[in-house]
Amino acid sequence: MSRFNPDRRRLLHALGASAALAGAAGIPGSSFAAAAGKPGKKLGRVVVIGAGFGGATAAKYLRKWSNGAIEVTLIERNKQFISCPASNEVLGGNRAYDSLVHSYDGLRKNWGIRLVHASVTGIDADRRRVRTDSAGDFEYDRLVLSPGFDFIYSGIEGYDAKAQETILHAWKAGPQTLALRKQLEDLPDGGTYVLSVPKAPYRCPPGPYERASQIAWYFKTHKPRSKVIVLDANDKVISKEKLFLGVWESDYKGILEYRPGWNVVAVDAVTNIVTSELGDKERGEVLNLLPPQRAADIARVAGVVNVNDRWADVDWISLESTAVKNIHILGDALQAAPLMPKSGHMANQHGKAAAAAIVEILSGREPQPTLMANTCYSLVDDKRAIHVDSVHRYNPEKKVPLVVEGSGGVSKEASVEEGLYTRAWATSIWKDSLS
Amino acid sequence: MQKLSLALVGTLTALAALAEPNLAAAPAPALTPYFAANCANCHGTDGKAASAIPPLAGRDRAYLEQSMQAFKTGARPATIMHQLAKGYTDEEIAVLAEYFAKQK
Repeated sequence: MSRFNPDRRRLLHALGASAALAGAAGIPGSSFAAAAGKPGKKLGRVVVIGAGFGGATAAKYLRKWSNGAIEVTLIERNKQFISCPASNEVLGGNRAYDSLVHSYDGLRKNWGIRLVHASVTGIDADRRRVRTDSAGDFEYDRLVLSPGFDFIYSGIEGYDAKAQETILHAWKAGPQTLALRKQLEDLPDGGTYVLSVPKAPYRCPPGPYERASQIAWYFKTHKPRSKVIVLDANDKVISKEKLFLGVWESDYKGILEYRPGWNVVAVDAVTNIVTSELGDKERGEVLNLLPPQRAADIARVAGVVNVNDRWADVDWISLESTAVKNIHILGDALQAAPLMPKSGHMANQHGKAAAAAIVEILSGREPQPTLMANTCYSLVDDKRAIHVDSVHRYNPEKKVPLVVEGSGGVSKEASVEEGLYTRAWATSIWKDSLS
Repeated sequence: MQKLSLALVGTLTALAALAEPNLAAAPAPALTPYFAANCANCHGTDGKAASAIPPLAGRDRAYLEQSMQAFKTGARPATIMHQLAKGYTDEEIAVLAEYFAKQK
């Protein structure tokens, strides 16, 4: 024993509690968690709200790791999954929109998940019941809430419902992705595209900078007199800073202009002029505004939003809400752990962590924190990409996952090799989350 | 290293049995190193990727373990794995190698 200097708890985390409880004959990975001791035994019912990267992954891995002993109902209002990751490539003209669109059929067919397309209208945490607009009510032993984010439109004066018709965010992939691409195609050579970045935290920290790069590439190759102006409410590029700045300097000089500390607080949809906190003004033929963000409305309905009236705080072992029992929360809606980004990759990892915890809990065992990792690739043109990555391990004293010292980092430089990995990553995570 | 990780599992089982005598009497569930699913985002569920990213399923256990160790120490250059490998202990790397080697 002493040979391993066993920090028992850490090893238990690493192996998962079912490993710790397994027979000596067992070998890691020889089967599923097999939480059900007898065939046909049911462990409980889980309702998952939201089939994005977090919710879809949680639903799948709950079925996989419980060997089918947990009944899973997945409620999602959209009929198809549309990927935000890779949607910037569509804006740059480097990917077909259809490749972002994925079916949920795999979750149903491969994993026996009950898929319900409806909107959740209420959550009764005392009676453990979810109400939907069109599919009735669902009872749960554990609820997984993967709501995503909603915009705080009031953060930009004048960005009202009317203005939102022409000034797009395209920060939730779907019709807006296509509409923004159309605006860029219609923009005459010499026209200006303005992208605003909200103060962190927001979904996908490197996303705005990737988008600016993709559109600068499109202008460079198709409309060389056009300009990209990035108005960033943050005082610097908040992800892969040196890499993005390097590419912009070497590849997009004279096309892409970056202005840090430029917080858009107002827009005039008639003149297409935005105003900063300091009263500076800028105009663009195409405005692409990203207002500040918060946990989506359904998180409020659930009563789990308890940090700054914006995000949901969780216990980082089980991902259970610190406000409402039996509700586990994933993805962008979380008050993130230090240096943990709001990314699709991270939401997938949250889904697995929550699934593992719920399997343990419903099996009558104590959930153990597992490790989580993040990888975010960004394509800076049609071929080359850069990344940032990190590994997060639960810290028992601070009760949050912290980046493992010495782990993680960024690319040395933009490369075609990482461009290939970027597209392979997308294919892999879509499959891992959805089939 | 195989012996090491099996011994490790045995240790954990013994500890768990001491702590939870009632549960230890229940049918033993098979092992699931939940954290192995960390790798799936890029390498595919259970390591079964079919893309530019190398699959892990069914690869030689020693090869997987030594590769991860070489990434961790920096002996083997990489675009990203030298950074991710540093997040895992030697014991965890052994468990991962064993898990993915057994996937078919």
